Amino acid sequence: MTRRLRWRKFVSAFMLSMTGVCAVVAVSVLFLILGYLIVHGGASVSWNFFTKLPAPVGEPGGGMANAIVGSAKLLMLAMLVGVPIGFLGAIYLAEFSGTATAFIVRYAADLLNGVPSIVIGIFAYSLAVLPFKHFSTFAGGFALGLMMIPITLRSTEEFLRSVPVSLREGAMALGASKWKTIVTVIVPSAYRGILTTILLAFARVAGETAPLLFTALGNRFWSPGWGQPTASLPVAIYNYAISPYEDWHRQAWAAGLVLLGLILVVNIVARGVLARGISVSRS
Amino acid sequence: MATTTTTVPGAGPLAGSRSFLSRLRDGDEIARLGTFLFAASVVLITILLVYELWQGSALPRHQFGFSFFRTSVWDPVFDQFGALPFIYGTLVTSALALLIAVPLGVGAAIFLAELAPLRVSDTLEFFIDLLAAIPSVIYGLLGIFIVVPLMRRVIQPQLKHYLGFLPLFQGPAFGLGFLTAGVVLAIMIIPYIISVSREILLSVPRDQREAALALGATRWESTWKVVVPFARSGIFGSVFLALARALGETMAVTMVIGNTPVISASLLSPGDSIASVIASQFKEATGELYTQSLIELGLVLFLLTFILNGLARIMIVVTSKRGTGLGQA
Repeated sequence: MTRRLRWRKFVSAFMLSMTGVCAVVAVSVLFLILGYLIVHGGASVSWNFFTKLPAPVGEPGGGMANAIVGSAKLLMLAMLVGVPIGFLGAIYLAEFSGTATAFIVRYAADLLNGVPSIVIGIFAYSLAVLPFKHFSTFAGGFALGLMMIPITLRSTEEFLRSVPVSLREGAMALGASKWKTIVTVIVPSAYRGILTTILLAFARVAGETAPLLFTALGNRFWSPGWGQPTASLPVAIYNYAISPYEDWHRQAWAAGLVLLGLILVVNIVARGVLARGISVSRS
Repeated sequence: MATTTTTVPGAGPLAGSRSFLSRLRDGDEIARLGTFLFAASVVLITILLVYELWQGSALPRHQFGFSFFRTSVWDPVFDQFGALPFIYGTLVTSALALLIAVPLGVGAAIFLAELAPLRVSDTLEFFIDLLAAIPSVIYGLLGIFIVVPLMRRVIQPQLKHYLGFLPLFQGPAFGLGFLTAGVVLAIMIIPYIISVSREILLSVPRDQREAALALGATRWESTWKVVVPFARSGIFGSVFLALARALGETMAVTMVIGNTPVISASLLSPGDSIASVIASQFKEATGELYTQSLIELGLVLFLLTFILNGLARIMIVVTSKRGTGLGQA
């Protein structure tokens, strides 16, 4: 072996192992984050956390029941806005539309998908807060729903398109109308992909904070109905983390652990169980 | 083969070959129209978004014009609004994030695509996807309580000690500031760079690698001099995508940047970014001009990410088309 060849082999081995180091560093961040959250938040997650209202500063105990319920309400609204538009819009794109229309809709969806979440917040504010002159659960859910639309739309369309043509032709040859084919053949055979998509979109908006800051605002107490400002887990984490109080920091960690747990579980179920064997596009 | 043209109601192979009435009876037309409304609403929402941002920022656009982007005074009390400190902060933190995240991310992507066995690669990719799913407020939480103290006590004093002669590392070490925001942003965008770059690298045809190896290249040489250049524009695309995320990233940055509208050469100094000033001031903004100036900042952010996302998509599509071997000798 000449010296030059030895050098080249050394460089090759060295650089390749460096790429391995990069990968290990990148992945270890996940476990670092999980570890920190469990260590700092685990101690503060108790029964009270899920059932009690926030305690005043300085008083021990207290929980975030209102934020948990608030998040659930917001996410329900988000699903009501995001899933129908995304899902049915995708059916139009995949089954009915011409190329030009499809291009425009897809372009709009991609554009919407790239809009920073804080800008979505401004948009929802001027659409759902300003006209009514007060912050509301409804506005927050609307903002989150907007964010779900493009994610649901684009990947649902992909899954619908990946249904084999032979299945469509089979249904149509049996005399089914196009609509019947879609309802009884195409959607059922793509349901795993579609469900995965919806779950991932749900997990994505579950942790969104910026669009809620000036739509759902926040609330120290229960929020009755849908027209009042409401607390939510992400906004609570933000407010508690930037506060100067030690107890609130502990609550922030606990809320972070609960939120991250929810998001990771949904992700793992969606990617690891439902989506086994199908490729989920990232958006 | 006999092709009959008799129309059996509802049995045509193509929707277009049947009469409108029969399609209506089967619900096809209703379904078409119904789903069209939902698809059209996506376009409508997007147009409305741009319109609202444009309309909502009319006042400062008339009052300040271009000087909005050139002046650095942000004084709500005297109704003076200049966006320069925020634009500066956004650019500096994003540049820092890229500086850290691109080498790490591309390196990791090379490992996943070129070196790791498929099963290892898929497992790691699964973790990377989970990492990308972590919400930014959680990164902010860890930023405040882990990264900021670490910066203040260890990293920033060390930087000042060894590199303090540079204007970049002068001034007191607060912990909060451009550098910390850049580091947290870098951690957040690495997963995006890895995922997209890995897919681009995997789409590079096998024969490219084999040809390089057959010519006597080492494994690294085949990767670095053949595979990576082949995928170059796609990797740039992934970087642009990550940059667009970094520019628009709100919560984590707001929590660690220090929220002070100053332009400082020192990375240790606290600052502010476009997204974080909107997040921290929009709610309290009193007066039309104040609110609208913040909305104009939102418009700027929207345009920046719009351009970057467009460029990224073009680059990624170009590479993956090439990678499928169309016309590649």
